[in-house]
Amino acid sequence: MDITEYIKLVFTDYTLRTITLGTAILGAVTGMLGSFAVLRKQSLLGDAISHAALPGIAIAFLLTGAKDSNTLLLGALVSGLLGTFWIRGIISKTHLKSDTALGLILSLFFGFGMLLLTFIQKQPNANQAGLDKYLFGQAATLLESDVWMMSIVTGICLFVLLLFWKEFKILLFDADYTKTLGFNTKFIDVLITSFIVLAIVLGLQTVGVVLMSAMLLAPAAAARQWTNSLSVMVFLAAIFGAFSGVFGTAISATQNNLSTGPVIVIVASVFVLFSFIFSPSRGLLFKQIRFIKNRRDLQLHKTLAFMYNIVESHENISHPHAIKILNNFQGYTKSTLQKLVSKNYVTLDGGMWSLTEEGFQAASNLYNQQNDNNE
Amino acid sequence: MENKIAVKVDDLTVAYNYKPVLWDIDLEIPEGVLMAIVGPNGAGKSTLIKSILGILKPIAGSVSIYDKPYEKQRQLVAYVPQKGSVDWDFPTTALDVVMMGTYGSLGWVKRPGQKQKKAALEALEKVGMLPFKNRQISQLSGGQQQRIFLARALVQNASIYFMDEPFQGVDATTEIAIINILKELRKAGKTVIVVHHDLQTVPEYFDWVTFLNVKKIATGPVKDIFNDDNLTKTYGINYKVSIQE
Repeated sequence: MDITEYIKLVFTDYTLRTITLGTAILGAVTGMLGSFAVLRKQSLLGDAISHAALPGIAIAFLLTGAKDSNTLLLGALVSGLLGTFWIRGIISKTHLKSDTALGLILSLFFGFGMLLLTFIQKQPNANQAGLDKYLFGQAATLLESDVWMMSIVTGICLFVLLLFWKEFKILLFDADYTKTLGFNTKFIDVLITSFIVLAIVLGLQTVGVVLMSAMLLAPAAAARQWTNSLSVMVFLAAIFGAFSGVFGTAISATQNNLSTGPVIVIVASVFVLFSFIFSPSRGLLFKQIRFIKNRRDLQLHKTLAFMYNIVESHENISHPHAIKILNNFQGYTKSTLQKLVSKNYVTLDGGMWSLTEEGFQAASNLYNQQNDNNE
Repeated sequence: MENKIAVKVDDLTVAYNYKPVLWDIDLEIPEGVLMAIVGPNGAGKSTLIKSILGILKPIAGSVSIYDKPYEKQRQLVAYVPQKGSVDWDFPTTALDVVMMGTYGSLGWVKRPGQKQKKAALEALEKVGMLPFKNRQISQLSGGQQQRIFLARALVQNASIYFMDEPFQGVDATTEIAIINILKELRKAGKTVIVVHHDLQTVPEYFDWVTFLNVKKIATGPVKDIFNDDNLTKTYGINYKVSIQE
C-alpha cells in the first residue's frame, strides 16, 4: 500500500479513521499533561496511576457484568484516583520517599488487578473474554463514541489549562512561594493531578496499562529539548504526541498484525531519541561539537599566546624560531600550527616558524582581552 | 525608633516529627528594622520564616502582621525563598520569574498585562538584571539567580520582606548589591527579616538581630545584644568570635 492510498483510506475507512483520530487526540492530551508531570519530577506517577487503574476495570466488570468501555474506564478512573491520593498520603504522612510510595502502590494495585483478572477468566460467563486487552491496549476496539469522549475530555482539559495557566506555572516552579501569595496550592495540585489521571485512564483502552506512562513522558521529554518556554513546550509535546499516534497507527495498519499501542510508544520514543541528539541547544550532538570547537579554539589561543611571549623579546617580530621550542609547551600540536598558518598568523619555513604582523596583532589583542577578564 | 510592631509571633511551636524544631517562640519585630536571624544549623531559622508565612503548619502559636492575623495581611508580606529550593532548569525566563511577584495581587485566573510587565522591568533594573531579562534562568549564575528572586519580591511592593539566606553562594559583588537594596528598603520604612549565616557581617549589615536555637535566645538591637554572651548561648560553649573591631 503506498502513502496516497493509505491517506485516502484514513479518510474513508471507518475503523482506520476512528483509530487515527483517537490516537492523535490521545497523544495530544497526554503530551500536554505529561509536560506538567515531567516538570514536577513526577514522571513515575503516570506509571503508578495506569497500573493502579487495573483493579478498577476488573471491579467495574464484576459489578456490572458489562464490557462497555465507558463503564470500565469509570472504574479505572476511580481506582486510579484512589491510588494517586493514596500515594500522596503515604508521602506526606510517612517518612517514605516518593519513589518507594509509587513502587508500593503500583505493585499492590497491579497485583490485585491481575488477581481479579484471573478470577474473572475462571468464571463461566462467556462475556469475560477480552478484558486482558487493557493490559497492552487494543486500538482496534476504539469506537466513534470513544473518540467523542476523548475529544470532550481534551476540550475540557485545554479550557482548564488556559484558565489556570498562570497558577499551574507558578506552582510548578515554586510551590512554597505560591502559597505565600495566597493561592490554594492544594487545589491547583489536585486539579493538575486529576487531569493527569483522567488522561491516563482515557488511554488505557488504546495503549494499555503497561505502556501508558510512555505516552505521558515521551512527548514531553522530547519537547523539553527544543524550547525554553513552558507554553511552547506544552504545545510541542501535544504535537509530538499527536504525530506519534498518527504515525504509530499508520505503521501498525500497513504492517499486518503489529499491535498499535506498542508501535505508538516506539514512535514517541524515536521522537525522544531524535530530540536528545539533534536539538540545537540541549542535544548531545551540538553539545559535543561546541565542546570540541571550544577546545580547539583554546588550543589555538594558547599556542599563539606562547609564540607571542617568545617573540616579544625580539625586535623583529617575524624573527624565525625552531618548531622544537614549541615542544616544551603541551598545548602545541601540528594541526594547531597548520591552522595558524592558514589564518596567516604564522609562516612556516622548514623547521622554523615566524609570527606575521597579523598574528602579532591578534595575539596582543588576545593578551589584552585576557588581562581585562582577569581584573 | 518607631514603636509600631510589624510582626508579632506568639507561643510558636513547630515539630516535624517528635522533636520540636521551634519551641515556644515569642517574637516582636518593630517596623523599619533590618533584622538578622542567626543560629547554628538546625536551629530552625528557615522553619521560623516558613511558619510565619504559613508554608508550614505550626503545632501551636499564632502570627500577626500589624495586629491582624497573617492570612488577612498577605499582601503586606513578600518572601524570598532559598535559591536552592527550586529547579532552575524550569523552562522560563528571568522576566517571567519576576512577573510571578505580581500574581498575588492579580488573584485567580487574571493574567499579567502591561502594568505588571512594567513593574517587573523596574524591579529587574533595580537589581541590575535588566540586560538579562530574556535569559533562560538556567543560564544565570548563582548570584544572578538570587537577584532575580529578590526582584520578584520587590515587585510585590510589600511592607515586610522575609528572606531565607539571600547571601548564600553569591560572590562579593552580588552580596554588596543585595545589602544595598536591603538598606534602601529599610530607608523607605520597610521591615526586612533575613536568615543569615555570616556572623562577621552582622554588625555591619543589620541593626536588629534575633538569636535562635530551637528556642529564642535573644532579640533586640545589634549594638545592645550582639555579644559573646548571646553567641555562646546560641552556638555553644566553645564558640568564640571577635565581633567588634
